Amino acid sequence: MKRISLPLTDETIQALKAGDSVLLSGEMITGRDAAHKRLFELCEKGEPLPVDIAGETIYYVGPAPAKPGYAVGPAGPTSSYRMDKYAPTLLKLGLKGMIGKGARSPEVVDAIVQNGAVYFAAIGGAAALIAKSIKKTEPVCYEDLGTESVRRYYVEDFPCVVVIDSKGNNIYETEPEKYRKL
Amino acid sequence: MEIRRIKAAEIRETVKRLFMDCNYYIGGDIMSALKNAEKNEESPVGKSVLAQIIENDEIAANERIPLCQDTGMAVLFVEYGDKVTVEDGSFNEAVEDGVRAAYDEGYLRKSVVSDPVFDRINTKDNTPAIIHTKIVPGDRIRITAGGKGFGSENMSAIKMLTPSYGVEGVKRFVLDTVFAAGPNPCPPIVVGVGIGGTFERAAQLAKLATFRPIDTENADPRYSALERELLCEINKMGFGPAGLGGSNTALGVNIETSPTHIAGMPVAVNICCHAARHKSAEI
Repeated sequence: MKRISLPLTDETIQALKAGDSVLLSGEMITGRDAAHKRLFELCEKGEPLPVDIAGETIYYVGPAPAKPGYAVGPAGPTSSYRMDKYAPTLLKLGLKGMIGKGARSPEVVDAIVQNGAVYFAAIGGAAALIAKSIKKTEPVCYEDLGTESVRRYYVEDFPCVVVIDSKGNNIYETEPEKYRKL
Repeated sequence: MEIRRIKAAEIRETVKRLFMDCNYYIGGDIMSALKNAEKNEESPVGKSVLAQIIENDEIAANERIPLCQDTGMAVLFVEYGDKVTVEDGSFNEAVEDGVRAAYDEGYLRKSVVSDPVFDRINTKDNTPAIIHTKIVPGDRIRITAGGKGFGSENMSAIKMLTPSYGVEGVKRFVLDTVFAAGPNPCPPIVVGVGIGGTFERAAQLAKLATFRPIDTENADPRYSALERELLCEINKMGFGPAGLGGSNTALGVNIETSPTHIAGMPVAVNICCHAARHKSAEI
């Protein structure tokens, strides 16, 4: 298990290999379908974004409400492929890390390689467990989107796995084949 | 049999409790299957994922917090006795009020948008619910309720197969659907298969199948054998827990069937994640 600091540096990204189990500590931003759509539309119009994407790691999550006394409600990853249409544009702007679950399109894999980024998967459905590693959150933008708003998360030992590394190695392609008996 | 009067408030409270409970407490059938999968999983990573899912589900139950942030769209199967009348309100309103109360007071995520294509504005109370009501003889109301997450719902499919496809065609379609879903629907999954009826009946049966405990089987031995065979074939796909590789891609396959037309054999496959949440109550 590797401990990794956020924001990600290029050296860290180069050293990460598909299949590495990692614990992330530091800052990340959140965003899912609706926020991506808005950011993408601003990019298309050539307008400035309400958040500087360069160097960031984005977590695809829409948490449940926090119970009193909790920093955040259950907050597991959502399916990443719905962000595939928008991800290459954000990667070009310098996005370095994405955290979600499930497969990515060939275009996203290419953009990960071209821009020296990395894709992590957190365990889908482990929302109560994952929330334990999120210590503090604050609003960034699009508060009207509620659970889909962009927030900053401060995490300690956030558990995930490198699925697609900066070379384009993808364990969703390689690992299942090892156990396939068809 | 005399007409039985049930107060809307009782229906509301029952629905509220069902949605809160199903989001906090995973069913005993799923927990047993997860523990069994953890024991027999071939992949070390898969074993670790299963251990974390089990830990997650224990945290959720102990702290009464949702086990997954996607607390779903509210789906209810209702068997409504024809000798029941609702006092102080209507049945559907009482159900919607129960959903509203559960998602508000229970710290569940509101995931419903008003219009599917244009507005997509969050309704902020997780209504409307999807209510399937069947009128049955008697003076009771039986409700099975579940929060359906959309990571897995989006991986579901329906196909209007025709009779000459036979059982082989059914198997092919189910397996192709699960294979195409790959790592996306949060494996290990529960697969609900609805066969027969019309287009919409097949889909409804597939959803109903995901609400049946996975430690039960179809009463017809031909279909229970098919459930076992499909489960075995799916677990040969290798996707494994969280899709990171392994021998446990599904925890269960449930099949529900209906009489159908001489020209048809509709098959619907509704995929559910390992957080297969549903609870039942009788009023």
